[in-house]
Amino acid sequence: MEEDRKARINRLKWHCRRSLLELDLAFDRFWQRHEDDLDVQGEAALERLLELQDHDLWALVIGREVTGDQQLIAIIARLQEV
Amino acid sequence: MTYTVRKFDAVIVGAGGAGLRAAIQLSEAGFKTAVLTKVFPTRSHTVAAQGGVAASLGNSEEDHWHWHMYDTVKGSDWLGDQDAIEFMCRKANEVVVELEHYGMPFDRLDNGKIYQRPFGGHMSNFGEKPVRRSCAAADRTGHAMLHAMYQRNIKVNTQFFVEWQALDLVRDAEGDVLGVTAMDMETGEIVVFHAKATIFATGGSGRIYYSSTNAFINTGDGLGMAARAGIPLEDMEFWQFHPTGVAGAGVLITEGVRGEGGILRNSAGERFMERYAPNAKDLASRDVVSRAMTTEINEGRGCGPNGDYVLLDITHLPPETIMKRLPGIHEIGIQFAGVDCLKEPLPVVPTCHYQMGGIPTNYLGQVVVPKDGNQSTPVAGFYAAGECACASVHGANRLGTNSLLDLLVFGKSAGETAVADLKASVKAHKPLPQESIDRTLARLDRLNHQKDGADVHQTRLSMQRTMQKHAGVFRFKGMLAEGVERMAEIAEQVAQTQIKDKSQVFNTARIEALELDNLIEVAKATIVSANARTESRGAHVRDDATDTPQTPDGRDDKNWLKHTLWYREGDRLDYKPVQMKPMSVETIELKKRAY
Repeated sequence: MEEDRKARINRLKWHCRRSLLELDLAFDRFWQRHEDDLDVQGEAALERLLELQDHDLWALVIGREVTGDQQLIAIIARLQEV
Repeated sequence: MTYTVRKFDAVIVGAGGAGLRAAIQLSEAGFKTAVLTKVFPTRSHTVAAQGGVAASLGNSEEDHWHWHMYDTVKGSDWLGDQDAIEFMCRKANEVVVELEHYGMPFDRLDNGKIYQRPFGGHMSNFGEKPVRRSCAAADRTGHAMLHAMYQRNIKVNTQFFVEWQALDLVRDAEGDVLGVTAMDMETGEIVVFHAKATIFATGGSGRIYYSSTNAFINTGDGLGMAARAGIPLEDMEFWQFHPTGVAGAGVLITEGVRGEGGILRNSAGERFMERYAPNAKDLASRDVVSRAMTTEINEGRGCGPNGDYVLLDITHLPPETIMKRLPGIHEIGIQFAGVDCLKEPLPVVPTCHYQMGGIPTNYLGQVVVPKDGNQSTPVAGFYAAGECACASVHGANRLGTNSLLDLLVFGKSAGETAVADLKASVKAHKPLPQESIDRTLARLDRLNHQKDGADVHQTRLSMQRTMQKHAGVFRFKGMLAEGVERMAEIAEQVAQTQIKDKSQVFNTARIEALELDNLIEVAKATIVSANARTESRGAHVRDDATDTPQTPDGRDDKNWLKHTLWYREGDRLDYKPVQMKPMSVETIELKKRAY
């Protein structure tokens, strides 16, 4: 199980490699702070967030756009922590 | 260690603009084409390009490819090859119109034609006045371009291998390129992509610097692979810097901030640009501002605990102006500097942005090397395009909006040349050279079994800080020489990196170690080439290159009007002449570059 989680987290981490430096930095900070407390629901929400196009994703991170999706809101809030 | 072999007509490494454009050419011609990419194609760094793509369509006012060519040669500080520059500028309209047919949503004029806007350095009538030449899709030009070309590739059956890390070139005893070795990140499986044509479109390598606007994926994988296979890297001393990246992060602060009244200050709070550029002050050109900032930092007037940045102050501007005219700047300050720029100044440093050098190519997209007395002999089966390649159209300095044009024109050209070569070639693949494959396996084996080795993150950081300090935007003789020695020591550590995680599935630690193997080649090439070039030209500016009538602004055409070629083996340098003869028009003669 622990081995499975490690593989899942590694895959998510790689999917956080984006086309824009701004997002790379925001995700880097996210992993440093939240790798240990990311639960299965959080993983699923992050996976959905990572399906977005990078410009749209960045607009959500800086609050220029908003979403009504509660699970995404929770992940975005963690990405916004400075 | 085991591996499997898969055969294709062509393998393309990289799915940014250049790779996607090349793939269209090959797949449309019916060749079995594989595109290998570390990340999903539409997450390539081409997405970050906002400015537009240059083409002398003349939709808003008179324009001509010859004027565009003149601007590009001048911008390159005469280091660009004039045949390749003519080729690119003449092809611009064709590739832009093709892109439109692929579905690119260009901004339009009321009459339906593509809207064009002015951009720095692009002029009409041989440098007379600014011209509208840049074609854009809002501020998402690169993003829209990738989407249009990705969709086209799906239609023509290009086969994508997403989340694959290319490892090494496969090159036989005759020097022919026969494909690449690669790793599937999902499983750790090693595959030899055996191909008759191999095209590199791996983008830039800006992560060699501590402060870089480049995304994390820009690790110079193509350059590292080429260098390890004995291919030289051309003009690697030339890197374009942007004066205002957020210190410690690299995120770009647009020039518009100074345009709106932003002021650069040193640790004493002094508006230091008044000393360096009494008239233009903070609005002086990028290189002047970057050099002034570096001088302030080097002379002990930098800010912060390490005195390693200066401040960009907009606190005197009305908050509503900042929020309305400079959208995103407030958020960038908060996110990456921890600073509310309405109340406090932003920490900034000159930041690496674009790589002018790369794998040497001609305008056909063929990789060319000196061989048997010919300076530019094509390497059979090997092509390159985009930021990883050096055609050379940007020479010592790139003009804005010419990078997207470069990847369209030379991506297409490399694809076309590969198609022609495939049609002319014998049917069978050449046999795979075992030795070449074994080198990859040995490299992976070393990494898996290294004990008491160097930490990847720390070693990468040492490399990045050394590059920033010793070969930054403003260069000093003693610092460069010291940097060369320091980089050789760091390279020894890179050869002994160690990873704790040995797992197979998405092992990001292994990928980062392999990326560092590529970055270090680019860093060595840059610092060794910069140390040797004792003039100032374009983006390579040395403190000891003096301004004399024979060497205006330190540019020494008598001794240095030539391309650098760096070879990995022994850090050897060679040089080749600049192609001053265009394809059809007269040579654009040397003169001082002044705007």
